[in-house]
Amino acid sequence: MNVFPYLVAVWLLGVGLYGVITSHNYIHLILCLTVMQAGTYVLLLSIGYVHGARAPIFSGIPASARVVDPVVQALTLTDVVVEATVVALLLALVIQVDKRYGSIDPDEISRMRR
Amino acid sequence: MTRGRRLAAAVGLVLLVGGLAWTAFGLPAFGHYHHRYGAVAARESLPLRRAENAVNTTAFDYRGFDTIGEEFILFVSVVSVVVLLRELGDEADHPPHRERPGATQQHSTLTRWVGSALMGPLAVIGADVVTHGQLSPGGGFQGGIILGVAVALSFVAGQYLILRRLRAIATWMDMLDAVGAGGFVMIGIAGLISVGPFLDNVLPYGHSGLLTGGIIPLANLSVGIEVAGAVLVVLAELLDQRLLSGPA
Repeated sequence: MNVFPYLVAVWLLGVGLYGVITSHNYIHLILCLTVMQAGTYVLLLSIGYVHGARAPIFSGIPASARVVDPVVQALTLTDVVVEATVVALLLALVIQVDKRYGSIDPDEISRMRR
Repeated sequence: MTRGRRLAAAVGLVLLVGGLAWTAFGLPAFGHYHHRYGAVAARESLPLRRAENAVNTTAFDYRGFDTIGEEFILFVSVVSVVVLLRELGDEADHPPHRERPGATQQHSTLTRWVGSALMGPLAVIGADVVTHGQLSPGGGFQGGIILGVAVALSFVAGQYLILRRLRAIATWMDMLDAVGAGGFVMIGIAGLISVGPFLDNVLPYGHSGLLTGGIIPLANLSVGIEVAGAVLVVLAELLDQRLLSGPA
């Protein structure tokens, strides 16, 4: 069980990447990218986890209580925000691609551009 | 995709996942994390900053400068979405925002009712999450999303009429976004003027309750405003496109 959360993170990254590679729809591809990034959240949070510790919010718990690492949690927050911005930008790009090519299938578009 | 490229991708994928899974066994065992930086960040949050939420203290105080950068990533991406989705030259032929027959019937009565009923409570929850960032789970980013969604529900709940007025509202949302982004920098400059270092605390830390943590609540508020504005601008732009190209 000591490595299980890390393996979950790797699996999320791998399964998301498989989706990105085989995708036939840009919107599906963007969702696969978010699955990949979910792997980084799992990795960050599981690295900072401490057995038997509390959440790092000191309301109602003694100041000396053992808590999980707040720094990786703050990093995860940054990660989520960056992902949201990336998704917004990519979706805007998909709209432009659809206007220009009338399709959002990556394979079809690369055939058209040949 | 050709067969050769598919094969190459499969080999790469197997190597990547296999390699990463192998490295997972070299990481410190799950649940046995010992790192001084994290421990200090957690332990000193309450005594030094009077802020109970150590995650929020890390994001808005210890790493405040990084969070300004993060906030500007969001700001720049919103601006990029607006620029990307501006009307292309060949779209000028058919005027945007023209009314399509039957467009008003697209929203069901149920959606309107549920949407209108949720707007108020969501706005309250969003404000609560933003203002209690230093005390309980949440903060500017999380609360800002809830606030943005509360307003965005009016797009879902509202009639086509509201969608047509989006252009006018969009200017306000742009301003919200900019005010929020600028606000955080202003807090930083206040530190520069009155204390010395950029983003240094200029307010009393307080004892308990809402007004603790010095500049942390203010930073949360400005980020909350920015995130709400960002959500709304992006949503408005994407919905605007839907109006432009008509219902699919």
